[in-house]
Amino acid sequence: MEISFRDLMTVFHGMGFGALFMLAFSAALAELYRMSAPGAPSIPSAREHNLLLFYLSIMVILAWGAVLSGAYIVYPWYRAAVPPGVTDLADYPKFLLTSNPKTSAWHSLGMEWKEHVAWLAPIAMTMVAYVFAKYGPALARQKEIRTAVIGFAVVAFVATGVAGAFGAFLNKYAPVRGGAMIEIIAGEQEGE
Amino acid sequence: MIMANIKPIRPDEIPNGPGAAAILAAGIGCAAMGIFALAGDAFASLNHFFTFYAPTGALSGVWTSAVIVWLVAWFVLSRRWAPKNVEMTKVLSVSFALLAVGVLLTFPPVMDLIQGR
Repeated sequence: MEISFRDLMTVFHGMGFGALFMLAFSAALAELYRMSAPGAPSIPSAREHNLLLFYLSIMVILAWGAVLSGAYIVYPWYRAAVPPGVTDLADYPKFLLTSNPKTSAWHSLGMEWKEHVAWLAPIAMTMVAYVFAKYGPALARQKEIRTAVIGFAVVAFVATGVAGAFGAFLNKYAPVRGGAMIEIIAGEQEGE
Repeated sequence: MIMANIKPIRPDEIPNGPGAAAILAAGIGCAAMGIFALAGDAFASLNHFFTFYAPTGALSGVWTSAVIVWLVAWFVLSRRWAPKNVEMTKVLSVSFALLAVGVLLTFPPVMDLIQGR
């Protein structure tokens, strides 16, 4: 079982950062609402507050990790220019997609939307984590701030969903491949 | 700043100023992302200007500039609003409007519509 270096980096970007960040949302949104809504059944303890703050901080790291690894590791491979004389576009995903009218919108809509909208998520989640750190359970008395925190978090969730979904489709139609092959597990050849 | 210092602060209360500053700055940062993305797409000279790192192209300058705008806005607003209660309804309206600008201007069909493509 082996994988190319670029495939591995794409997996780190998409699954290691992006998907984990996406998975973390449902719990974060539910906990933010539960702990800060007026009339919450109990005042969160300092331990619960610190745990959610730690959780939100990890989400912030995942969000920045996803966009930075995407922009500086995977995206340059995706948009690499085709050298003169090369006709096989398999290693040039952007040009592979745009060379065919049936796939060009995966780039013109999918990648161009994904590459920009994804940046809203780390900005929004950094604000959410800061505000929660600053106010904690006192958010229950700050209705407008709570509305903003949950509103921005929902938009970050949608932005991440758009980026993640298009990332998955793009990698299906024009995968970023190449680089050294990394053997993960040495397999056995089925013999006669 | 007309939004600032509208309510006295109780001794046991955390003023809403720091939260308002963070929220409005996030809105400004998101709007800046959309505006810079559109500008880089619409004008070749700006596209060239935003190319801070050639392999990533204009995206490198678009996001870096948006993040700088966001952090500077946060710093300035925090300095002004930290000890105060501000009019959150206005801050919220402006912040969500700016967030909507960011979302819309990062959507390629809207970018194309604005550029008449």
